Amino acid sequence: MSKFSFYIMPCMIGFIVFFGLLKKVPLFDVFISGAKEGLTSTFSIAPSLIGLVVSVSMLKSSGALDIITSFLEPLGNLIAVPKETIPLMLLRPISGSGSLALIDSIFKSCGPDSFAGRVASVMMGSTETTFYAIAIYFGAVGIKNIRHTVPAAILADLTSFILSVLTVRLLFTKSF
Amino acid sequence: MKNGDIMLNYIWGFIILISVICAIFTGNIEPLSNSILTGASDAINLVITMVGMMSLWTGLLKIADNGGLTYLLAKLFKPVLKHLFKDCPEDSPAMRAICMNITANILGLGNAATPLGISAMKEMNKLNKNSGVASNSMITFVVMNTASIQLLPTTMSILRQKYHSAAPFDIVPAIWISSIVALLVGILLTKVLEK
Repeated sequence: MSKFSFYIMPCMIGFIVFFGLLKKVPLFDVFISGAKEGLTSTFSIAPSLIGLVVSVSMLKSSGALDIITSFLEPLGNLIAVPKETIPLMLLRPISGSGSLALIDSIFKSCGPDSFAGRVASVMMGSTETTFYAIAIYFGAVGIKNIRHTVPAAILADLTSFILSVLTVRLLFTKSF
Repeated sequence: MKNGDIMLNYIWGFIILISVICAIFTGNIEPLSNSILTGASDAINLVITMVGMMSLWTGLLKIADNGGLTYLLAKLFKPVLKHLFKDCPEDSPAMRAICMNITANILGLGNAATPLGISAMKEMNKLNKNSGVASNSMITFVVMNTASIQLLPTTMSILRQKYHSAAPFDIVPAIWISSIVALLVGILLTKVLEK
């Protein structure tokens, strides 16, 4: 599994460059202008990351995160998620930067290749900032009555969370 | 990666207040004070770690986009997508915008996907008979956008690399499975609940 994973990135880059050559895209010029966009958009999240990383590390060092997690642990056990990822499940649909800050702290304390680290990776990668997407898209057309959007979206997120645990168990059983 | 998250004004304030109060009662005020100092520089470290790879990736994706990959894939997905958006005629601008948005999401072109999605919503709103009420197509579209369907989860891989993962990409197949199943569940739910 891990050997195969090293092919993903180089092959995708190779394909993109090949496709660009085939379509006569001025490769380097276009690359530069795209990279510039990436540079500004990554730096533009710095202020919100500063605010959120600080608040998450405050929550952790004060002991409040442990208290919240221990309250929610029975609920987490019900769907068999590692307890470190419970706060992530709560924050993920609301804030992208906030969950990034939580992931950073999970990796720091458990390591990215631990069970909790892997489950957190899959949770983060397979979900979106649900409430942000709902707000921005319905807000753009001024619609207030959104009917069954929220229950459908939240149940889909919950499916991702449960499947994160299952897929990690299934694909990485040897490592734990 | 998105700015301007909603509801955050309250949640952020709440998190900080809870932390301070909790630290006073549990005697963790010293670690709390230290964590404030390190937290701010941790955040900048996080940005610095991510910025190189994120720029490389957006640059490469721009090549794919300029070569017309988004357009080609959108054409490929159309036969499937037209069954999900029955309120939208096959060659309507709404259908075109929907296909382009979903393709942009799959490729990880976040910056392009959002404006395409907003124009898809506006086109669907023109076809909407009950103004002010979300149509079935709109709901399916938004739910598809709240599920993450991404070929390469770059942010996650960079972060795993930062903490010395033995194989930063090894979680990718698990992410694919989990997000595709969740997407199907989301679509199925919108179809069941719309009746």
